[in-house]
Amino acid sequence: MAEERTPLYRRLSRRHLFRLPLLHSRNGKRRWPIRSAGINFALGYGVLFLISATLFLSFIWWSSTNLLNDHVRAFIETDAQELRHRWGHGGAPALSEAINDRLEQNIDDDALYLLIDRHGRRMAGNLPGWPVAVKKMNHFYELTIRRYTFTTPAQFKAYTLPHGFKLIVGHDIRGRTLLSTVITRTLIWCAVMISLLAVGGALVVRDLFRRMVGSIARTASAVANGDLNHRIALTGSETDLVAETVNTMLDRINRLMEGVRQVSNAIAHDLRTPITRARNQLEEAFFSATSPDELRTAVDRAIGDLDHITGIFEALLRIAQIEAGARRSAFTTVNLNQLLSNMAELYEASAEDAGLSLALDVTPLPSLFGDERMLQQALANLLDNAIKFSPPNSMLTLSAHPVMAGTAPGSGAEKKPQGLEISVRDQGPGMNDADILRAHERFFRAESARNTPGSGLGLSLVQAVTSLHHGRLTLTQANPGLKVTLFLPLLPEAERTGRSTTPAETTP
Amino acid sequence: MRILLVEDDPTVRSFVLKGLKEAGHNVDQADNGKDGLYLAIGEKYDIIILDRMLPGGIDGLNILETLRGQKNNTPVLLLSALSDVDDRVDGLRAGGDDYVTKPFAFSELLARVEALGRRGHNESAPETSLTVGDLTLDLLSREVRRDGQKIDLQPREFRLLEFLVRHAGQVVTRTMLLEKVWDYHFDPQTNVIDVHVSRLRQKVDKPFETAIIHTVRNAGYILRPTQD
Repeated sequence: MAEERTPLYRRLSRRHLFRLPLLHSRNGKRRWPIRSAGINFALGYGVLFLISATLFLSFIWWSSTNLLNDHVRAFIETDAQELRHRWGHGGAPALSEAINDRLEQNIDDDALYLLIDRHGRRMAGNLPGWPVAVKKMNHFYELTIRRYTFTTPAQFKAYTLPHGFKLIVGHDIRGRTLLSTVITRTLIWCAVMISLLAVGGALVVRDLFRRMVGSIARTASAVANGDLNHRIALTGSETDLVAETVNTMLDRINRLMEGVRQVSNAIAHDLRTPITRARNQLEEAFFSATSPDELRTAVDRAIGDLDHITGIFEALLRIAQIEAGARRSAFTTVNLNQLLSNMAELYEASAEDAGLSLALDVTPLPSLFGDERMLQQALANLLDNAIKFSPPNSMLTLSAHPVMAGTAPGSGAEKKPQGLEISVRDQGPGMNDADILRAHERFFRAESARNTPGSGLGLSLVQAVTSLHHGRLTLTQANPGLKVTLFLPLLPEAERTGRSTTPAETTP
Repeated sequence: MRILLVEDDPTVRSFVLKGLKEAGHNVDQADNGKDGLYLAIGEKYDIIILDRMLPGGIDGLNILETLRGQKNNTPVLLLSALSDVDDRVDGLRAGGDDYVTKPFAFSELLARVEALGRRGHNESAPETSLTVGDLTLDLLSREVRRDGQKIDLQPREFRLLEFLVRHAGQVVTRTMLLEKVWDYHFDPQTNVIDVHVSRLRQKVDKPFETAIIHTVRNAGYILRPTQD
C-alpha cells in the first residue's frame, strides 16, 4: 500500500507546485516540499484513511484466517479420531475402505488422506507420498503441496497406528487464499478510491481556503492600492479572528493617515503665515535698512518668528505622536495631588503677576495610571490659556475631584471612584457655542483671541493627551468665563497592561 | 575649557565653534563619528558636544556608549534634531548628561555647556553650605543670609536660589531653570519662570544696595557676586 502513496503525492505535487525536489532549508534539514495547506490537508487525510483501512482489513484477515484454521483443525481432529476408531474395529483394510469412501463423497475435493504401512508403502489416500517436512507425529503442519497441476496450502496432522502404520489427515485450505485475494483486492480498491477522494478533497479544501483567505487578500490589496476604506466582510467562520484584527489595524492606519493629512493641511495653511512674516521682515531689512541697529532689530524679530514656527512644529509633532498612541509606553502611576499642587505653585506667581488670583479646590485624588509629562503639559496649557484670557482682578479656579460611579462628581466617599475630573475655570470672555464645538481643532482660534499670542494648538494638545488617557475634554460656558474640564477614567488594573490602543471617543 | 564638538552639518558646526571660541573655550572639531570617536578616546576633554545623527556608521549614541563602556566620564551634551521625549530619555539613559534639541539658541547651548563643564570640576565632598560674595546658603537648615541678614524663602525659592548660586557667574536659561528646579520638560507659553525669579529678587536683592541676580538679554539669568 505504501507504493500507492508515493506516485499519488508525486502526481499531485507536480501538478500544483513547480519545484518538487525536496527543498533544503538553511540548516540543511529536509523540509516538506508542499506548501499548499489544502493539498497537505487532503494528503494527510488520505494517508490517515489508508492507514485505518489497512488496519481494519488486516484485522478482518487475521480473525477470519484464525477462524478458518481453528475450523480446519477441529475437522482434522474429529476425522482422525473416527478413522482410528475404524482401525480399532477392522484394522488396515477397514481404514482403507473408510478413507476411499470419504474421498469419493468429498465433492469439494479438499480432504487429504494418506495411509502407509511399516515399509512406507501407500495403502490408501490421495496424497502421492509422505511429505518430507512431516516428521513429528501428533503435530499440525501447514505446508504448500502440489496437487494435480497447481500448488495449494494445506494443514496436516500425522498419527501413528499399531504395527508401524502411519496416517495423515489433512485439509486443503485454498479457501483461505481466496479470502486473502478478496481482501487484498478490497484494499487496493480502497486505496484507489481514497486517493481519488483525497485529490478531490484537496481541490475542495484548497478552494475553501482560498475563498476564506481571498476576502482578506482582496481587502489588503485594495488598501495597498490606496483605498483605505475597504474592510473585510465578517462571515462567521474561523477567519473572522484574522479579519477583525486586520480591520482594527486598518482603522488605526486610517486614523493615522487622517492625522498625517490634517498635519500637512495645517502646515500648508498655518505655517506659511509666520514663515512669510519672517521672510518679509528679512527682505525688507535687506533692501531698506539704513543702520546696523535697524538691521539688528529686523533680524531679532525674524529669529522670534522662527522660534514661534519651531514651537508650532514641536506642538504639531507632539500631538501627532500622542495621537499615534506611541506615547503610552511612558505610562506610570502618577500622583495627581502632587502634580496639581506643584503646577499650581508654578502658575500661582504668574497669575498674581497678571493681577489674578488662583484658587485651588482639590479633593484628594487617587493615583492615576498615565503619562506624567503629558498630563503636566496639558495642565500647563490650560493654565496658560486661562491666564492669557483673564481680565485683570479676576479669579482662576483649578479644581479636581474624584468621580464616583453613577453619581454626580464629588459625592459619596465609600464607593470606588471610576475616574476623576480636573477643571480650570476663568472669568474671561468665554467662548460662544459655535467656537466651543471647534475649540479642539488644530489651529482654531476664536475671533476674540486673534490678537493674543498663540498658535491655536494648545487645546488640540490637551485633547490629544486626554484621548491618550481614554478621557474626555469638555468646554462649558461658566458665565462669565469658560470652564475646561478633563475627565480621566481610572482604568481597572487588568486593563492597564493589555489594553488596546484605540483612543476613547471624545467629545469636544 | 577644552571642548570636543562632533557635528556633521558645516553651518551648525562653524556657528557653534565660533560661539564657543568667542566665549573663550578651546575647541576641537570632527565632522563624522569615526573621527569623533578617535578624538574622544584619545584626548582629554572637559566636555564633549555630540550630534546624535552622524554619517559614516558611527552615530552620537555609539560614541557615547563606547566612552561610557570605557569608564570615561567626560560630560557629554547631546545635540539632536530628535525632540521626542523617548529620544531624549534614550540619550540620557545611554550616559548623556544633557540634551539640546535643534533648532537651539546659542545662548542656551553655551549656558548648558558651561553648567556641565563646571559640574565636572567640583565633584568633591558634599557641601553643607554655599557662599557667594555676601550671600550664604545653609543647605542643612535651609537658611539664607545675605550680609548677615536672614532672608525667608519658600522651599521652591530656596531651590531656585541654590541652583543660581551653584552656577554663580554662569548664565542659566529659563528652560534650564524649568528643567532643573521644577523638573518640567515643556515649553510654557507665559513667563512663569520670570515671575518666580522676580519674586526671588524681591527678597534677595531689593532690601540690599546691590543686585546679585541679573537678567541677560535673550538668554536668561546670572548670579554675580558683588565686587567689594
